[in-house]
Amino acid sequence: MATVRVLGLTKTFAVPEREAGLRAAAVSLFRRTTREVRAVDRISFEIGPGEVVGFLGPNGAGKTTTLKMLSGLLYPSSGEATVLGHVPSRRERDFLRQITFVMGNRNQLQWDLPALDSFELNRAIYRIPREDFTRLRDELIELLEIGDLVRKPVRQLSLGERMKVEIVGSLLHRPRVLFLDEPTIGLDVTMQKRIRSFVAEYNRRYDATVLLTSHYMADVEALCRRVIVIHHGEILFDGELARLGDRFAAWKTIAVDLDDGAGDFSAYGDVVERDAGRVKLRVPREETARVTARLLAEQEVQDLTVEDPPIEDVIEMVFAQEANER
Amino acid sequence: MNAEAGRVRSLLDYYVTRGRTQIQAQFQYRAATYFWLIGMLAEPIVYLVVWTTIAEQQGGSVQGITTGEFAAYYIVWTLVRNMNIVFTPYGWEWRIREGQLSAALLRPLHPLHDDLAGFAGWKVVTILLWLPIAAVLWVAFDPVLDPTLLEVAVFSLAICGAYLIRTMFLSSLGMITFWTTRVGAIFELAIALELLLSGRLVPLPLMPDWAQEVANFLPFKWSFYFPIDALVGDLSRGELLGGLAMQLLWIVVLTGLTMVVWRFAVRRYSAVGN
Repeated sequence: MATVRVLGLTKTFAVPEREAGLRAAAVSLFRRTTREVRAVDRISFEIGPGEVVGFLGPNGAGKTTTLKMLSGLLYPSSGEATVLGHVPSRRERDFLRQITFVMGNRNQLQWDLPALDSFELNRAIYRIPREDFTRLRDELIELLEIGDLVRKPVRQLSLGERMKVEIVGSLLHRPRVLFLDEPTIGLDVTMQKRIRSFVAEYNRRYDATVLLTSHYMADVEALCRRVIVIHHGEILFDGELARLGDRFAAWKTIAVDLDDGAGDFSAYGDVVERDAGRVKLRVPREETARVTARLLAEQEVQDLTVEDPPIEDVIEMVFAQEANER
Repeated sequence: MNAEAGRVRSLLDYYVTRGRTQIQAQFQYRAATYFWLIGMLAEPIVYLVVWTTIAEQQGGSVQGITTGEFAAYYIVWTLVRNMNIVFTPYGWEWRIREGQLSAALLRPLHPLHDDLAGFAGWKVVTILLWLPIAAVLWVAFDPVLDPTLLEVAVFSLAICGAYLIRTMFLSSLGMITFWTTRVGAIFELAIALELLLSGRLVPLPLMPDWAQEVANFLPFKWSFYFPIDALVGDLSRGELLGGLAMQLLWIVVLTGLTMVVWRFAVRRYSAVGN
């Protein structure tokens, strides 16, 4: 049975609109105009138990709105959603006890107190038996190596340090479903890696289902086998991350090491990089085999590799393609 | 029955833990709290000085209220006002407009519990800090206060009732923000009515008869004047218990109203920014 089931889920917002200036402000006193914005448009998908899914899309694509509907923060305009068999918008206690929603830019901890006090508050909120609470708290603190941070007032922690204690606080009730919205935003590379491996470990240990949004493709590549790409509120792709390139990348990169890289290679494809004996060519996907064969036949090739474009580029292509089709 | 008992025990555990964290947070800013308290006391002291002066000019009393009784009224006023401080509609406006309600909505607990428990913890600190100030006022203004045991008991319950009434009243008012985005103007109007009809500005017996009559049918009197009158006045047993019953009625009505408003309001939450 799917942990997350979404069927035709839609959210529209009525956004007030008016021109700039005093005159427009005066007119809006008597005649308010609103525009209906469809942030999420009839999306459907399912996520199984223990799955880690990346939710990708540019700003304003509808990712966070979807996560908010799935966590019960927002009431959907239409469509259906169930998480662990619960309808999120009903915000039943039993449902809220089994999920967590971490937002990279939000603070849920008591600002003036050490994080340990906020953890204690979460114990009371989620009714965690004292023994289980102490064991899991210490386990998570050790896993993220934040023993020295949890005794400092939260306001004195750096952004990265705060994010780590924030994540521990969000997991103390051992949620079965994690909604992670940009959990590594603004963090340095080391901190991003630490949080990534922590999420992977939590998923492995507790078989938790994770739905993650991130603008850092490294997060997605490290954690998610499956991605859902959303743009203008609609799902453009739902499948294995590895298949994303097959579907959307119109080209591949051929990197060739040569005895003599001095010649003209433009006949094989677009030369995107050239460095002494190494040439990188961009060729249409369907031409890859033919160009490779020609290169091997016509040049003194030492080594040759064919690569899919970096995932960032693929995503960019997905959105560019979608924009052109609109 | 066991499950219900467990639920109550857990809720109690939450209130104690939340209250404790608030006390700790408040102790971090004890100097700021003290200055806030001194600022808050300026209001009743002005009223007290004005009424004492008028009473002295009129031969020692105003409509039968002596200077000593005025002093008792306004010193007890300070404690009742302390208990009256709750999460305001401005707070609700900030929460809703800025999307700060999100964190609270993700918890398996109504946000009102957080407000009630947090402000209860806050009051522990402010009341502790209030004690020496009350002692100074006592010495300076020489109040006439000789309550019976029953009056003290009713007062203790009544200040808790006042806390609940005002929390529910201002919360339901604050939730209007779900529809209007801003609620400040409505709040200011309610505060103006409350000032006049609660006994905060003027003891109610000094108000015209019609105003006293109107006050009986509004929650303000029961969350301000009644607790003071229970301790300072000379109410009969029936009046004391009747006052508590009125408080209970308002708590039930306003809690019901808050719950109904919440049910519809929360669907409108747009979680902007957070």
